[in-house]
Amino acid sequence: MAILDLANPTRFLALSARLLPWLAAACVIAFAVGLYMTFFVAPDDYQQGATVKIMYLHVPAAWLAMMCYSVMAISSLGTLIWKHPLADVSAKAAAPIGAAFTLISLITGSLWGKPMWGTYWVWDARLTSVLVLFIMYLGLIALWRTIEDPIRAGKAAAVLTLVGAINLPIIKFSVDWWNTLHQPASVIRMDGPTIHPTILWPLLVMALAFTLLFFVMHLMAMRNEILRRRLRTMQLQAASARVGVATPQAAE
Amino acid sequence: MTMRLVAENLSCERGGRRVFSDLALTLEAGRALAVTGPNGVGKSSLLRVLAGLVQPASGSIRIEDGDPELSAGEHCHYYGHLDALKPALSVLENLDFWTSFLAPGRTGARWQPMTPIEALEALGIDHAGDLPAAYLSAGQRRRLALARLLVVARPVWLLDEPTSALDAASEARLGELMSDHLAAGGMIVAATHQTMPLAEVGTLRLEAPA
Amino acid sequence: MSGWMGALFLRELRLSLRVGGGALIGVLFFLAVITVIPFGVGPDLNLLALIGPAVLWIGALLATLLGLDRLFQADRDDGSLDLMLMAGRPLEVLVLVKCLAHWVGTGLPLVLSAPVLSIFLNLEPLAIGAVALTLLVGTPALTLIGAIGAALTVSLRRGGLLLAVLVVPFSIPVLIFGVSASGAAVTEPTPFLTPFLLLAALTLISAVVGPVAAAMALRFSSD
Repeated sequence: MAILDLANPTRFLALSARLLPWLAAACVIAFAVGLYMTFFVAPDDYQQGATVKIMYLHVPAAWLAMMCYSVMAISSLGTLIWKHPLADVSAKAAAPIGAAFTLISLITGSLWGKPMWGTYWVWDARLTSVLVLFIMYLGLIALWRTIEDPIRAGKAAAVLTLVGAINLPIIKFSVDWWNTLHQPASVIRMDGPTIHPTILWPLLVMALAFTLLFFVMHLMAMRNEILRRRLRTMQLQAASARVGVATPQAAE
Repeated sequence: MTMRLVAENLSCERGGRRVFSDLALTLEAGRALAVTGPNGVGKSSLLRVLAGLVQPASGSIRIEDGDPELSAGEHCHYYGHLDALKPALSVLENLDFWTSFLAPGRTGARWQPMTPIEALEALGIDHAGDLPAAYLSAGQRRRLALARLLVVARPVWLLDEPTSALDAASEARLGELMSDHLAAGGMIVAATHQTMPLAEVGTLRLEAPA
Repeated sequence: MSGWMGALFLRELRLSLRVGGGALIGVLFFLAVITVIPFGVGPDLNLLALIGPAVLWIGALLATLLGLDRLFQADRDDGSLDLMLMAGRPLEVLVLVKCLAHWVGTGLPLVLSAPVLSIFLNLEPLAIGAVALTLLVGTPALTLIGAIGAALTVSLRRGGLLLAVLVVPFSIPVLIFGVSASGAAVTEPTPFLTPFLLLAALTLISAVVGPVAAAMALRFSSD
């Protein structure tokens, strides 16, 4: 495959190599500013004290968990409809990153919940939805790892990603419905536009830092995946050097 | 205008490995083509590409003067290594299913499909019609799979090693059936190691480069 | 139902009921799951009556998902799938008919056996009726969603477990509304019809999404 589509991934490799240092630098700066604001600008909560600082990790991680799935869903459309050679590389590279952000969001959520609920886990609607998302990420990664041929694995995963994209709102709706049936409203709640600027700004900067982190890691993972595929192609060529390309001798 | 199978500029990749490239072939109605060459050179892959089961990396396949509603692969019968038989069903149930399930590639006066019973008679397994397919021998299973080609009229037969597991008598019978199919204006592409039991056969030899 | 669909339906049904078919094994598995529950949670009849609908639904979910791994794989292994792909029939309809036949062969026996198993779990007649009705409406959705997993794992030797992992998240809404509707029929204030209609809607959505996605996966699987 790589032989046919070298042009595009090669250009991508060159472009991303130039882009990466800038993105990485921006990411480091955003994190420095964001963490400074988190610890020195944002106020402690009058009830939760310093525990509320977990929010500045938890909320951006949860936001990235969802954004990452959106990136995968768009990439899947690229694989299935436009047949773009980089699309399934992008989807495959995004999956473990999305799973990691989902895991961070789950862990920080349950750490934050401990002082508030008195337990690490409650079947809160949001936590439950994120857990389901986590299982979907792991299922997708498992599918990629079990189908040996990367092209076929990419197409299968693209189908599953899109089915997931259709199903996620349904799952979210049903989990919310189930939750209101069994217990009153959830605890983690942001108060929309009335949120105080000293909380909002650190949160936005951290969200920006996490987003930059995602793009840095995504680009790096895509580069790795392209190189891995080239290696595979070269190994296959080495294995089949004596068979090679057949040419028709006499066609009628 | 007669029916023709035309493939242009075909390339095939499987599992990241280039199997063949820039292959062209044209087959007129009533003609047969034997695809030969050493193992692993892509004979089976070519048949599967023609059948539409493997997407070619490049190139196109079309049936000229065929049914515009159907793809090129849907004009073809594919007779591969697997028999597509269910041991739990009887011989007739197996054949009846494919008879009603497969869409005929083309209907016309020259394309007369046999009934399932006639097809079993033609292949000498009509006595086993009501027995479960599990009780058939390997050769009988091949013949039952072959019967599928007779009950649904499709202009192109794609045969992958058609004579494997057939005895001499069955092979001769297959030769007659193939001749009949060609005489009715059909086309045959066969991947084979042996000479085909036919009078007039074109040859496409796939070669590994030196 | 036109000729080829009827022929396919009949073939699938025959295969699931004859030697080597899995129709009855699903019911046996269902029975086995229901039997081990009291050993796990204790033989308290009140508790069993409380969790009974949920237990029956989870049993049906597992029995359906674990019975689906051969839905397309059996046809791939013997070459039938190749012929189906080039049969000139719409693949989505083919998947739908196969799912329907599979459900009649394996899902319907689960629904029919649920009232009998309900007795072990000390369910009231009203609850028994509600569970059976929700299973009747909801298990087709599980089969149709599971078909996507079956199509994605069709080329894998040991795809059964992966199928379940892939499909379980998508079956959560079915489980939620199925169990809620069964529970609502017994406890007065909560309405039965809302979750029940949502369950029916899920089945209808699955009847579209399942065949389309499974057909797409099957096309990509051929090689």
